[in-house]
Amino acid sequence: MAAVQQTVDTVKTLDVDAYKYGFTTEIESEKAPKGLNEEIVRFISARKKEPEWLTQWRLDAFKRWRTMEEPRWARVDYPKIDYQDLYYYSAPKGTEGPRTLADVDPELLRTYEKLGIPLSEQEILAGVQERRVAVDAVFDSVSVVTTFKEELGKAGVIFCPISEAVQSHPELVRKYLGSVVPVTDNYFATLNSAVFSDGSFVYVPPGVRCPMELSTYFRINEQNTGQFERTLIIADAGSYVSYLEGCTAPKRDENQLHAAVVELVALDDAEIKYSTVQNWYPGDSEGRGGIYNFVTKRGDCRGARSKISWTQVETGSAITWKYPSCILRGESSRGEFYSIAISNGRQQVDSGTKMLHLGKNTSSRIISKGISAGRSQNTYRGQVFAHRKAENARNFTNCDSLLIGDQCGAHTVPYIEAKNSSALFEHEATTSKISDDQLFYCMQRGLEPEEATALIVNGFVRDVLQQLPMEFAVEAQKLIAISLEGSVG
Amino acid sequence: MIEIENLHVAVAGKKILDGLTLKVEDGQVAAIMGPNGSGKSTLSYVVAGRADYEVLDGSIRLDGVDILEKSPAERAAMGLFLVFQYPLEIPGVATMTFLKAALNAQRKARGEAELPTIEFMKQVRAAAAKLNISQDMLKRPVNVGFSGGEKKRMEILQMALLEPRFSILDEMDSGLDIDALKTCAEGVNALRGDGRSFLVITHYQRLLNFIPPDVVHVMSRGKIVKSGGPELALALEASGYAEYAEGAAA
Repeated sequence: MAAVQQTVDTVKTLDVDAYKYGFTTEIESEKAPKGLNEEIVRFISARKKEPEWLTQWRLDAFKRWRTMEEPRWARVDYPKIDYQDLYYYSAPKGTEGPRTLADVDPELLRTYEKLGIPLSEQEILAGVQERRVAVDAVFDSVSVVTTFKEELGKAGVIFCPISEAVQSHPELVRKYLGSVVPVTDNYFATLNSAVFSDGSFVYVPPGVRCPMELSTYFRINEQNTGQFERTLIIADAGSYVSYLEGCTAPKRDENQLHAAVVELVALDDAEIKYSTVQNWYPGDSEGRGGIYNFVTKRGDCRGARSKISWTQVETGSAITWKYPSCILRGESSRGEFYSIAISNGRQQVDSGTKMLHLGKNTSSRIISKGISAGRSQNTYRGQVFAHRKAENARNFTNCDSLLIGDQCGAHTVPYIEAKNSSALFEHEATTSKISDDQLFYCMQRGLEPEEATALIVNGFVRDVLQQLPMEFAVEAQKLIAISLEGSVG
Repeated sequence: MIEIENLHVAVAGKKILDGLTLKVEDGQVAAIMGPNGSGKSTLSYVVAGRADYEVLDGSIRLDGVDILEKSPAERAAMGLFLVFQYPLEIPGVATMTFLKAALNAQRKARGEAELPTIEFMKQVRAAAAKLNISQDMLKRPVNVGFSGGEKKRMEILQMALLEPRFSILDEMDSGLDIDALKTCAEGVNALRGDGRSFLVITHYQRLLNFIPPDVVHVMSRGKIVKSGGPELALALEASGYAEYAEGAAA
């Protein structure tokens, strides 16, 4: 078909797509020596002035990691990573100690400005920026600034870099760190436990509805540097918090490793809404460069009637290996997973979720929309499990794939296991293609091919976009259009 | 005015249009009738610019401008509109959103400003009311779950909104009951005048009772074989296509 042929031709000539965030910030940084050994682990821990128990925790993780093997079961293909050829710690100079906006290097502020992330509280308060969002900005291995801390403090909400929380709230960190994703969980999580550098910490006290959206923007800048952030969010009984993370990185020819761990804990009647707009550098059309995004995200609905909802818009990264999951431990707890995963060029995505029903009357819902274009491969991998004690467990899964062009692949790998006969699991899946007829219909009405594709794709992902906080839904919609540029003739 | 001259078109190596010449004057309603396989639908697709059709020779000019090198969207912005025989479904895209995207894309291509949302809504509501299209239908995804009649009324709604200079109606009557056919025909007739012209493609005389043509062309084996007034359609209804269809491609 001619239109498809055009697609193929365009994809062949596709130049480093339209990645807007590929610039580099020239800033002096302080790095640990290359490579990974006990000394490096101790170096990172010392840099953060961590207590002995945490240093030991890291060292135990490192020991364990050395006995583990990199997982190979995902449908992704990449050359062996030389873990000794990476920097595990890199910080912009002069970022130690408690920070306020006034202390932040103007070059860093400009970086975040270019990324469209509001860091200046005054501007936000003065109404220059319309959305009121508290931001924790993580640059390579450290958090450079956290906004609205005071105002959040009045509500009793703790929102700060995790390295700061280790100092200011050690009892909370010690109680919850590794309680959802154990140190021994998997190769990348264990590596993260040994070398994690920074990330966000959130604690919402009982009965408090967090007064604003919280968000963290992660930026990898340094070359040959891995980013290993650790996020820990605890919603105490009856509380509510909505949290969003965004990610970007400069264009570089070599691959960079990002191995994060996110742990969520929801106690009785608490609700956590966690949204991700992941736009790491995806590599060029030939698959050179790009981020390896190997991330472990898990939420524990520990309390009765608690709820955790994951929403993700995944457009970046050369390789994505990511399964935000829910452990539905509390009675009548609920887990949700809404996902849009777009792959173009030579990107490889293996993503999905796990819903582990342990408690009675637990329910979960999975809506996954995968879009593959170019020569990419896009896999949904999901597990729905009911423990034998999980009376009346309920799951609904809807898993749709859309193909653009004829050189990409979509794969669906659901694992469903119910050990309790009262469990009711539903699974729906479709695979479709944007047809030449649909495109022609839109074009006959006046839309150019790229507008037509964006319109059709936005229709396809609508159910999920609706789950995003309003202001981010618009951004995500634009991002989808940009990610698909060059995918049609 | 559309002028098609000596048009030769092949699909997948097979010749479908074989030196077709046709002219539709401003303000004229021309009907094309012909047996299955005579190339009627191919003609509408080629004029609208669908890919996969290989133009071997000839020209198509819209208001004096050769459109063969233009994209389908450019042709649309120039005022070309095709009523699809089988309108496509676009899941998840509200009809209202689609209408607005189409209208603004055309306006942008013509260097006009976007229509303010309030004005747009007003125009859509007015046009929808005439075609018995409910507000609820406008909120539903484009053509998804619509009956055959609803889909065709939605096509006419788009036509009313986009106000094309030249419209092709590709077997608009297929799949329509008599009431829906009347509603659609009224919608088309309301747009007649102001120099707008129409090419009505059909098998049956019945449609032409509701949309009376100024001229009737008979198409067979990829070209126009006879032209005349409305009486030609009546004659065809009585005698069939046998005298034209001989040796026609299936």
